[in-house]
Amino acid sequence: MRTLEQTTREVLDLAAKHFQLPTGSLAPEDDFFKKLGIDSLQTLEMLSHLENHFGIELPDYEVQGVSDFKTLAERIQSRL
Amino acid sequence: MLDLSQYQSIGAALKDALDRFAGEVCLIEADRDREKERLTYREFEERAHPLAKALQDKGFSMGDRVSIIMTNQSRWLISAYAIFFAGGVLVPLDYKLTPDEQWQLLKHSGATVLITEYPIWRQLSASPGRASANVQTVLVTEAPANASLAHAQRWEEFRGAGEPAFVPRERGDTACIVYSSGTGGHPKGCMMTHENYLEQCVALTSIYPFWPGVRYLSILPTNHAIDFMVGFFGPFTCGAAVVHLRTLRPEYVREAFPKYKITYVSLVPLILKNLQKGLQARFDALSGGKRKIFNTLVAVNKALTKGRPRLGVSRLLLKQVHEAFGGELRTIIVGGAFTEPQTLQFFYDLGIPVANGYGLTEAGTAITVNDLKPFRADTVGKPLPGMEVRIVNPAGDGIGEVAVRSKTVMAGYLNDPELTAETIVDGWLMTGDLGKLDRHGHLQLSGRKKNMIVTEEGKNIYPEDTESVFEGLRVKEFCVFAANYIWPKRSMTGEQLVLVLHLEAGQQFSDELRREINTRNQRLLNYKRIHGVVLLEEDFPRTASLKIKRNVLAERLAKLDRGAAVLPL
Repeated sequence: MRTLEQTTREVLDLAAKHFQLPTGSLAPEDDFFKKLGIDSLQTLEMLSHLENHFGIELPDYEVQGVSDFKTLAERIQSRL
Repeated sequence: MLDLSQYQSIGAALKDALDRFAGEVCLIEADRDREKERLTYREFEERAHPLAKALQDKGFSMGDRVSIIMTNQSRWLISAYAIFFAGGVLVPLDYKLTPDEQWQLLKHSGATVLITEYPIWRQLSASPGRASANVQTVLVTEAPANASLAHAQRWEEFRGAGEPAFVPRERGDTACIVYSSGTGGHPKGCMMTHENYLEQCVALTSIYPFWPGVRYLSILPTNHAIDFMVGFFGPFTCGAAVVHLRTLRPEYVREAFPKYKITYVSLVPLILKNLQKGLQARFDALSGGKRKIFNTLVAVNKALTKGRPRLGVSRLLLKQVHEAFGGELRTIIVGGAFTEPQTLQFFYDLGIPVANGYGLTEAGTAITVNDLKPFRADTVGKPLPGMEVRIVNPAGDGIGEVAVRSKTVMAGYLNDPELTAETIVDGWLMTGDLGKLDRHGHLQLSGRKKNMIVTEEGKNIYPEDTESVFEGLRVKEFCVFAANYIWPKRSMTGEQLVLVLHLEAGQQFSDELRREINTRNQRLLNYKRIHGVVLLEEDFPRTASLKIKRNVLAERLAKLDRGAAVLPL
């Protein structure tokens, strides 16, 4: 079982890879809309990518209003 | 289709539709690739009546207000029908708002019943805003078996025995209170009458008809005027079916087209552009020879559809493209914000007409729509039947404020006669948008007169609504503006908000202040955020009651050079 820290790290690394940013360039508190300059649609694509990696289903409503990696990682952790 | 001129209310029309089309499928609900539900009109009625009865058993009476805060799903429409059947007023709210914003609007609307989904209720019930609203009954859908409901009741168990009594309403009665904006202390609740919807439905379906067998993919939130009309009332009064997806992930949306043989879909420009991007990437990836053939086919299609769409021809010529959309797609309806002509043309050239139009909540759903006779990417179409459009105080180039008069225009803003009087003048709705009518009667939009922006996702943002997040900022005074309101621009895209600061004497725009603004800005939903700061070294003009005179301030700011004045965050 992953710890929240591990999940957070994996989320950050995967997001960086997905949007072709250097590993380590994202922080848990970063707002992904602002930091990545993405829109809600690109966020959904990122979520699908994360779901495949973690092997979970993360319903859209669970991430409604979430805009930072830390909270996103917490929502993922609760479904692992 | 029902003859809607014979009906007094949404409830009466829907009641007859459920009877007339009893055996037809009206709803399909899917979660990702799993179909969860498929209901006929008869089954739909069997779900809605016990809810209406339970509401009546609880003392619900004519004119009582019920809010729905849900994602697009079958229970949204079932609940709405039960409310109309029982003579209630529907208050559809955006599920994407924050709990505080939702409570503010619940309070403002006077809703006494709330119907919502469990994940939304979990957030709402934990919000302190609850104490201020007058919601007496909360019905929650899909709550897990062991969930704590915080005094709410399960929607699925809220059923009355026996037949509910149908409560008739008049055309002029309020059917819905729809918020066009107005969180942050300035709610704008549009009181939409039954007549507004009945008339709008007749006008829209005269150009884009529904019939049994038609399938509409409902993606835009149903609280939005467009989806309420073309994803509920329109198809239901014609015996068509609505398809709901419980996720908006692009891969599942794409799959839904061929799987459910979708006929119509409504999208906001952002999603349409994304579709265009995806298709273009696939076309670009074609090998040289295939690309050449494809381009030739597009050119042939373009020539053959110059005067009007010819779906049969386009589907034959560009078979693969049309099959990816299920082979039955007739039109993509786009609305909520301005769509770039190049995007519209892209789809039309592929033989997929995009019904581009213009509307605002206050005027029903749509004021103008491209009737495709012929297709024009450079305009937002012609006024719908029954709509009168005129340009007020046109300048030399014919551009002025767009005004509308029709039976679809709202009765007014809830609890705000002053704003209503400013907005509806001598029966004409002043839209605050700038445009001109060309010699063919097409409306061309060219900017805004009002202090607001509309995002590509179709969100109306009023600057005043974002100001509360900056309260207490250590500056002398501040306010938020739409940049194009200060520096008028003949454009409907790329609109941004700016924060105007008047610093204390001797105060600098320090890194610390910039960080503070950034931190607060991030508390706003992403599409509401400001994009820059403007410094002004003078007191803001104010009224006797100390309200900022925004129009006067904007005139002063307009003297600054936009490029130099707006400092990036």
